[in-house]
Amino acid sequence: MNDFEYLAPRELDEAVALMTEHAGSAQLLAGGTDLLVFMRNGRKSPEFIIDAKKIPELNRLRLDAGQLTIGAAVSCRTIWENPEIAEKFPALIDSTALIGGIQIQGRATIGGNLCNAAPSADTVPAIIVYGAVAHIVSGKGQREVPVEEICTAPGRTSLADDEILVCLSIPMPPANSGAEFLRFIPRREMDIAVANSAAYVELDEAGETFKNARIAAGAVAPTPLFVEAAGAALKNKPVNDESIAAAAALARAAATPINDMRGTIEHRKQLVEVLTTRALRGAVTRAKREGRNNG
Amino acid sequence: MGNKSHITATINGEARDFLCEPRQSLLEVLRDVLYLTGTKEGCNDGNCGACSVIVDGVLLDACCMLAVETEGSSIETIEGLAKEGELHPLQSAFLEETGMQCGICTPGFLMSAKALLDKNPSPNEQQVRHWLAGNLCRCTGYDKLVRSVMKAADTLAEA
Amino acid sequence: MNKPETTNNEFNVVGTTPIRPDGLDKVTGRAVFADDFHLPNMLHGKILRSPHAHARIKSIDASAAAALPGVRAVVTGADFPVIEHKLINQGAAGMINIGELADNCMAKGKVFYDGHALAAVAADNPHVAEEAVKLIKVDYELLPPVMDVRSAMAEDAPVIHENLQPGAFIVPAEKFLPNAGRTQFGNGDTEQGFAEADLILEREYTAETIHQGYIESHVTTVNWDSNDYVTVWTATQGQFGLRDHLADVIQVPIGNINVIPLEIGGGFGGKERIYIDPVAAMLSKKTGCPVKVAMRRDEVFRATGPSSGTYIKLKFGVKKDGALVAADLHLAYEAGAYAGGPIFLGILSSTSRYNIPHIRINGFDVIVNKPTMRPYRAPGAPQALFAVEQMIDELATELDMDPIDFRMKNLAKTGDRLVPGFPLAPIDTVNLMETVKAHPHYNAPLDGLNRGRGLAYSLWFNLGETSSARIQVNLDGSVTLTTASPDLSGTRISLAMQAAEALGIAVEQVSPAVCDTQSIGFAIPSVGSRTTYGTGAVVCEVAEEILGQMRARAALLWEIDTGQVAVERGIFSNTADPEQTLSFNQLAGRMFETGGPISYHKTGNPQSFIPGIAAHLVDIEVDPDTGKVDILRYTIFQDVGKAVHPDYVEGQMQGAAVQGIGMALNEEYFYDDEGHLKNASLLDYRLPTTLDIPMIETVILESPNPAHPFGVRGCGEISIAPPPAAIANAIYDAVGVRINSMPMAPHKVCAAINAKKIAAAAAA
Ligand SMILES: Cc1cc2nc3c(=O)[nH]c(=O)nc-3n(C[C@H](O)[C@H](O)[C@H](O)COP(=O)(O)OP(=O)(O)OC[C@H]3O[C@@H](n4cnc5c(N)ncnc54)[C@H](O)[C@@H]3O)c2cc1C
Ligand code: FES
Ligand code: FES
Repeated sequence: MNDFEYLAPRELDEAVALMTEHAGSAQLLAGGTDLLVFMRNGRKSPEFIIDAKKIPELNRLRLDAGQLTIGAAVSCRTIWENPEIAEKFPALIDSTALIGGIQIQGRATIGGNLCNAAPSADTVPAIIVYGAVAHIVSGKGQREVPVEEICTAPGRTSLADDEILVCLSIPMPPANSGAEFLRFIPRREMDIAVANSAAYVELDEAGETFKNARIAAGAVAPTPLFVEAAGAALKNKPVNDESIAAAAALARAAATPINDMRGTIEHRKQLVEVLTTRALRGAVTRAKREGRNNG
Repeated sequence: MGNKSHITATINGEARDFLCEPRQSLLEVLRDVLYLTGTKEGCNDGNCGACSVIVDGVLLDACCMLAVETEGSSIETIEGLAKEGELHPLQSAFLEETGMQCGICTPGFLMSAKALLDKNPSPNEQQVRHWLAGNLCRCTGYDKLVRSVMKAADTLAEA
Repeated sequence: MNKPETTNNEFNVVGTTPIRPDGLDKVTGRAVFADDFHLPNMLHGKILRSPHAHARIKSIDASAAAALPGVRAVVTGADFPVIEHKLINQGAAGMINIGELADNCMAKGKVFYDGHALAAVAADNPHVAEEAVKLIKVDYELLPPVMDVRSAMAEDAPVIHENLQPGAFIVPAEKFLPNAGRTQFGNGDTEQGFAEADLILEREYTAETIHQGYIESHVTTVNWDSNDYVTVWTATQGQFGLRDHLADVIQVPIGNINVIPLEIGGGFGGKERIYIDPVAAMLSKKTGCPVKVAMRRDEVFRATGPSSGTYIKLKFGVKKDGALVAADLHLAYEAGAYAGGPIFLGILSSTSRYNIPHIRINGFDVIVNKPTMRPYRAPGAPQALFAVEQMIDELATELDMDPIDFRMKNLAKTGDRLVPGFPLAPIDTVNLMETVKAHPHYNAPLDGLNRGRGLAYSLWFNLGETSSARIQVNLDGSVTLTTASPDLSGTRISLAMQAAEALGIAVEQVSPAVCDTQSIGFAIPSVGSRTTYGTGAVVCEVAEEILGQMRARAALLWEIDTGQVAVERGIFSNTADPEQTLSFNQLAGRMFETGGPISYHKTGNPQSFIPGIAAHLVDIEVDPDTGKVDILRYTIFQDVGKAVHPDYVEGQMQGAAVQGIGMALNEEYFYDDEGHLKNASLLDYRLPTTLDIPMIETVILESPNPAHPFGVRGCGEISIAPPPAAIANAIYDAVGVRINSMPMAPHKVCAAINAKKIAAAAAA
């Protein structure tokens, strides 16, 4: 690993100033589970490492009436250990609880997962279907962006060199909604997704019709893929196998995967359809359970 | 060589300080600076768990953390698992149930299992397997290793 | 857990499960493994490795590296002695081409695989060494890579070595093609055999390259002192082989080298050859300091191990009644960059368990641009079984026979002549089959969709070979047992138990240790399932000699003939006067009155080709939509002769099976078209995790091995061989598709299921 300077700002302003000063030669360090690996194998060699974990705004985890706020430096384990999040945002638990093993989950963050911009990033489809918004700051000001607009290519994001992801905010899901995230890997843990899929659904009171749906898939395109059309196709459709199959077919059609050591094109296409089908079914089950709990 | 930082941390209950370069991982410092070589390196990229340690109560891979990040932290390593010459029930169970063959993965498994039992004193087999999935063992096929952890849980429950 | 149903209770120690003496340091973190060793003034070496699979080195410019502050020395192939390329016979250490071995450690002129070492740096710390390595500039002329056996054997294949030297692994091969050596065995007349057959099946099978996957990477520390004495501290399966090979590569007398084996974090066959030791030695020579070289995990994958990818073509003929009559086997195994892969063992393990009157086996040792293949637990057997045991299953299915009945019909039994010409040494193969057939797992109903059960059977040969042991009896009655066999898995306790049993004392009285090359006689490495059996047999001989010496001491004290002294469970007695007795400890305490220290050292040569047998039974479930295979239940039946420490025997069976399951389902080297290894990490190589494996049931059988005083056969390797075939047969049982390519990764299973659906739809 090349030598670098380690900086640990305790205030957001200080971090913003450092990022401005060292734009292009600094990297934020959240859990480091991507960054340190990349620095060791030479894919990244920043001169400055700015530790995100000592900045209060990046460490907030708050669930209030309207929304969930997840600081960019909050670890996956902190998220999945939170019973309230588990109840309201089960797909977040599905995804945060399967990144690496327990050791990795103790360090890895959703912020890092998003900013690392791997096509296979497991938390990203889940936050996309929940409609999460990224809160970004820099010396030039603040902006808010839907998370599906962050990743632009493998390893690339729409964040400028001096920008910091502060937190994600996720609106509280309405009654009769549910979501599920599923991933396929050859082992049962410790693998990068061959394909993954998240589905969010909102049903009518009776649980018979889709009011809304959002679907996203990973490892089947250069970035985590928000398949808007597949969700839209479910709107006002009856909750049955046929509607679900049609949406899953759209997810498959949207996929443009590659052949690599983790999977083949054909297999990934099939997987995205299978996982989307299963995730939709799971989301429906959760939505019905949710409806009952509320009622 | 880069500038060295002076870090103060509590290691196995003892206040320690050391000098390190920013690029040195916690694993490297434990092993090569403090000579606490019980924490092992199997991959140096988070995939084997041989370097498992507990930092401020959280189970981590020491290779995936910079040593400079540990300023003020409390770090538990395998060297601190036995207290005053008394083996931890996990250590006894690994010996009695032959939960190891070559033993290179053993410190990592013991630290992971300790973190599990601290959180969940009576895990079932599936919970043990799930918690230990970040630790690789190539020798045992896991059977006796998992049994060792369950036996230690039983011992702790009886105590 | 099934403890062995011990056939006899004649033992006091053997068959019990004492705690291993080295265990305590392993659970407290105090055990010293190779990377835990530090010396004052020690430098750190790092190696530059080729990013290309096949290239000529036009020039190396290391000036910038040498100029980096903190760098103390740089070496390249030019700094190493030039050694002729030819096969030489190193006696007990086998046939070896030292010139190629040397080039494998440090390339000269050409690189033959992604990861081939070609320069190295010693520096004050590993980070500086790594930076310096990046500053070395190499000008390569790229050559076309050859990445699998079939392309290497094709007519227009690029020639990898201008003048191929056929290799040897136990038996030498003959040169056959520019990139391939050949070994042939046969019996009878296959043409006639196939003419007699009622059913003939022809199938092809492939397997990818795999790695042993030990969790400890290769690490060595070498000190070349001012007298040209070279000391090596490392983790190795064989300190003597390492010493002798190192002496040849760095050209110092063998007697100048001492290899001190430290605790070893797994090997499975992959740690019995030198890679980094000569590099550390040359860096130490140049700097005058001890040098440690530690491989990163990616280097372990790119430059050590692995085990052969294969292409296997089978033609089997069988009669209606289930009798195999003819078999024609074409086995092509990767040798990697240099000749000498495990083809002979592939041949030996392919069919030796069955009687086939007319058989021809053509084995090929094929050069490809991958790391030089090394043994991996039952080398060559899993790939051969993956093919042959699937073929056997298919034949049984075609004939509508129970898979065990079919195997019973053709089963090789004690004394039957095997393909290589020698008879099968005593072993109860029938009992194993009957045990499986009567077992609850075999008879349990398997309900549910997409579930299947599979069986595979293996016969493997365990080594004896050159082994050394010394016993010293101490004044207080304690016993020091030293051997030359590195302990990878608890063999110190198994050897101490045998010494205790033979001496008639408690195992706690015996302190076992593994010695450096200056302190004990030569031995071949801890390989071939040989330590508990082979070294154990020598330990028992040494113990007998010690008892003889002690009887003579008692005779001296009692003023009688040695012949009148009896010894039983550690009590020496005068046969003429049973009242007159001395315990082992009492007699030890009087050693200085009776002639001084009591000790004995022996290098023995226990018989090799001791058969071991195992059958594996597995239940699986296939997810037909994703192709994923889950293991539901797994039972191993294995005849180990005598289980010295049954817990460690079970551990060997379970560990081997899980490695077999890993290679069956997921493990493989993934190269791109240019020959770059793309998955040189534990993340993407995919060893099984705790979650991928259920508890593994074991049934230990004990038909004694007459070549060992307690009947031990060795048990370490065989159970890696059956899992791929057993799982393949279970997949067929579950979803009706045959997967002939290993690993049986989800995408392959999925594709096969899809193809079957399409075919069914077309037929309908
Ligand atoms: C063994 C192992 C297993 C893994 N398994 C999985 C898996 O199953 N699924 C999966 O998706 N991933 C996996 N990963 C990858 C990784 O753990 C995840 O991507 C993780 O979420 C990254 O988070 P982090 O906090 O560690 O990020 P870091 O490594 O700290 O950062 C990643 C990148 O994001 C940037 N960054 C971080 N925070 C911010 C911020 N606030 N603002 C701007 N930029 C920022 C960093 O500068 C860096 O470039 C695995 C990694 C390892 C080592
Ligand atoms: S060495 Fe840290 S996880 Fe392998
Ligand atoms: S005991 Fe060897 S790796 Fe676990």
